[in-house]
Amino acid sequence: MLGSDLATIWAFLIATAVFLYAALDGFDLGVGILFPFAKDSHERDQMQAAIAPVWDGNETWLVLGGGGLFAAFPKAYGALMPAFYLPIFLMLLALIFRGVAFEFRHHGRKSGKKWWTVAFSAGSIVAAAAQGMMLGAFIQGVNVVDGEFVGGPLDWLTPFTLLTSAALVAGYALLGAAWLVFKTQGELFERSRAWVKQLALLVALAMGAVSLGTLGVDPRVTYRWGLTMTSIDWPTFINVAPLPIAAGSLCFMLWRGADLRQHLQPYIYSVLLFLVGYVGLAISLWPYIVPFAMTPAEAAAADNALALLLWGAIPMLPIILGYTAYVYWLFRAKVTDEATYH
Amino acid sequence: MEFDALLLSRLQFAFTIGFHIIFPAFTIGLASFLAVLEGLWLATKKPVFRNLYLFWVKIFALSFGMGVVSGVVMSYQFGTNWSVFSAQVGSVIGPLLGYEVLTAFFLEASFLGIMLFGWKKVGEKLHFFSTCTVAVGTLISAFWILAANSWMQTPQGFAHAADGTMIATDFAQVIFNPSLPSRFAHMVLAAFLTTAMVVAGASAFALLTKKAIAESRTALRMSVLMMALVAPLQVVVGHESGVVAHEYQPAKVAAMEGWWETKAQQPTLLFGWPDEKAETTHAAIGIPGMGSWIVAGDANAEVQGLDAFAPEDRPPVWITFWAFRVMVGMGFLMVGLGLWGAAVWLLKRLDTASLYHRALVLAAPAGFIAVLAGWISAEVGRQPWVVYGVLRTADAVSPVPAGSVATSLLFFLVVYAIVFSAGALYILRLISKGPDTDEDPPKQTSEPPGTPLGTGVKSAATKEG
Repeated sequence: MLGSDLATIWAFLIATAVFLYAALDGFDLGVGILFPFAKDSHERDQMQAAIAPVWDGNETWLVLGGGGLFAAFPKAYGALMPAFYLPIFLMLLALIFRGVAFEFRHHGRKSGKKWWTVAFSAGSIVAAAAQGMMLGAFIQGVNVVDGEFVGGPLDWLTPFTLLTSAALVAGYALLGAAWLVFKTQGELFERSRAWVKQLALLVALAMGAVSLGTLGVDPRVTYRWGLTMTSIDWPTFINVAPLPIAAGSLCFMLWRGADLRQHLQPYIYSVLLFLVGYVGLAISLWPYIVPFAMTPAEAAAADNALALLLWGAIPMLPIILGYTAYVYWLFRAKVTDEATYH
Repeated sequence: MEFDALLLSRLQFAFTIGFHIIFPAFTIGLASFLAVLEGLWLATKKPVFRNLYLFWVKIFALSFGMGVVSGVVMSYQFGTNWSVFSAQVGSVIGPLLGYEVLTAFFLEASFLGIMLFGWKKVGEKLHFFSTCTVAVGTLISAFWILAANSWMQTPQGFAHAADGTMIATDFAQVIFNPSLPSRFAHMVLAAFLTTAMVVAGASAFALLTKKAIAESRTALRMSVLMMALVAPLQVVVGHESGVVAHEYQPAKVAAMEGWWETKAQQPTLLFGWPDEKAETTHAAIGIPGMGSWIVAGDANAEVQGLDAFAPEDRPPVWITFWAFRVMVGMGFLMVGLGLWGAAVWLLKRLDTASLYHRALVLAAPAGFIAVLAGWISAEVGRQPWVVYGVLRTADAVSPVPAGSVATSLLFFLVVYAIVFSAGALYILRLISKGPDTDEDPPKQTSEPPGTPLGTGVKSAATKEG
């Protein structure tokens, strides 16, 4: 197999891992983001019980994203990580707080429990915000010369990255709310339905704003979408127009689904909404793995390393997806008081 | 010494990995211990094994959580702080870390959910299978990370590509590099011993305070058996690891032993104060010839001292020397406690030997201390190289400003101090409460199986705010 084919396959696999991370850890981060809006401690216990058996597996996709980038695209990893130095550590520290809070919240006594409740929620919000900041910094491009990051330590902090950050927090909150619709009943189910409706609206606005902002970051993006401030290149735009239309429809279906008291559909619509945004980004940034500096082929590890990794991934990824699905199936039931209290 | 990005990055890596390793070192052994306990429970249906399982699984959940979150940090830190290293060696050891994620991390994380939350939901066979899977996952994970680290100690099977980066010429040689077998065995045994010391200390404490007598006696026997068998074996494996290090990394061994001069009849120093400026070890007390005999099998063999290496190729001596002594000291302490335990057991006084119980409580952290000291001597001893003899640590660091690294390091210190204190408090609280037992009438706070995690009754009673 040619080296460039291997690099393309790996770029696709890592993009898939990152998407699965957003779709899965997104909902458990989202539950943390919604924590402050819960009625009481009992409701927060139920919210946490809805994600406790699966959050660790979800977060492993983040490790695959980082580890996979290191293994398959060491040069992209070596260029991106220093560029995102501060937001990465912000994210990691936030993930530490929220990760240990799953256990610690149950072991803390009065003030301890209060503290770990705040830590869980704040950790989820900060981790999501930091990821959103990196997403924005990724889209706006990284200052790389000869494979090495040459920008400043705060390049990732711009109005655009603040916008993407807010958008991702809202998006994860939507995933979280939709997951709670699926996993809860009674009063919390009703509250989660209301959250889904409000967040569907907010996410629709946020996606629109981020899309417009993305068109402004680089002429190459504008060209690809056939859109400029003053004119629309219809033959180009018509090919990509299904994306914004699909996004709008999904937001509407989310709203309707919440009204119709559907259980699983809102979560699926939210994931599809993420997918639409993700594909839109891929169209904007193709073929760069470090926008607008490195392509997968330029950043790839040696062919024999990519081939060895692929031989592992071909059997292991289906097995991983298989047992992950099985664990989700085992814990598919709605959360009951039984699961939280004895 | 200047606090530049290099030194700060080294301090940060040492601190974060030192913090991280405490938890895997404990959970690798604890996962296997839990698998044995659950197997014994299913085979014998004796409630002590179930009670012990449900007790230690809570401590496992706390420790595993801390291991996971501190481990995620590691998968990013190679890039944030050591981007040149990552770009240089990614094609060689990247796949090893990739395999660790694919074959171990997902396995552990997914089946952990069943292990912790499935006690009442799934059949007992599936639950047992999940516990075993998590245990095997921890061992697979240890294998890959030790393979990557051992390659950095004893690199082989690679070449330099046209762009200056390293590529593997033979992955079998990369993975099964010379120091892997002994270092992997050394680490796994260290993990088992670390767990045995904690279980022994906790059980001895319960016996001293007369709690859960049946459970604590059983757990004490299991841990003393492990100690008595594995601690002496660890001495043999550790020696083998030292022999390999002497063959491939003679400067490291010279620093560990405090040898400055190349000569025959190198001593084994029991005490000494290495002085890098004077190139000597002050106040050295040792056994002449024993060092040569240990590493070369002959007391009269000539063995290289640090004078065989240019000063810029020598590791920091004082810290390597002392970390090594602390590790070995803890190792022999564990051998001694294992033998002492075996002796009182043979005399049928294991349950009443309160002096021995007190010693076990005091020695409960011995495994952690040994693991940390051992890793310090292995990693500091590898300096000034990040890949021994191939890539210098100074040439591997990221182009990030010192201010950024100082900021992240400061936050790590604060956050890890909070998380560690809370985690240690909760674990010690559980240990001081001891396992639930069938002997007494059920206590108010006893929980039925199915919530090994939450102290549900308590959280229901205590409202936040």
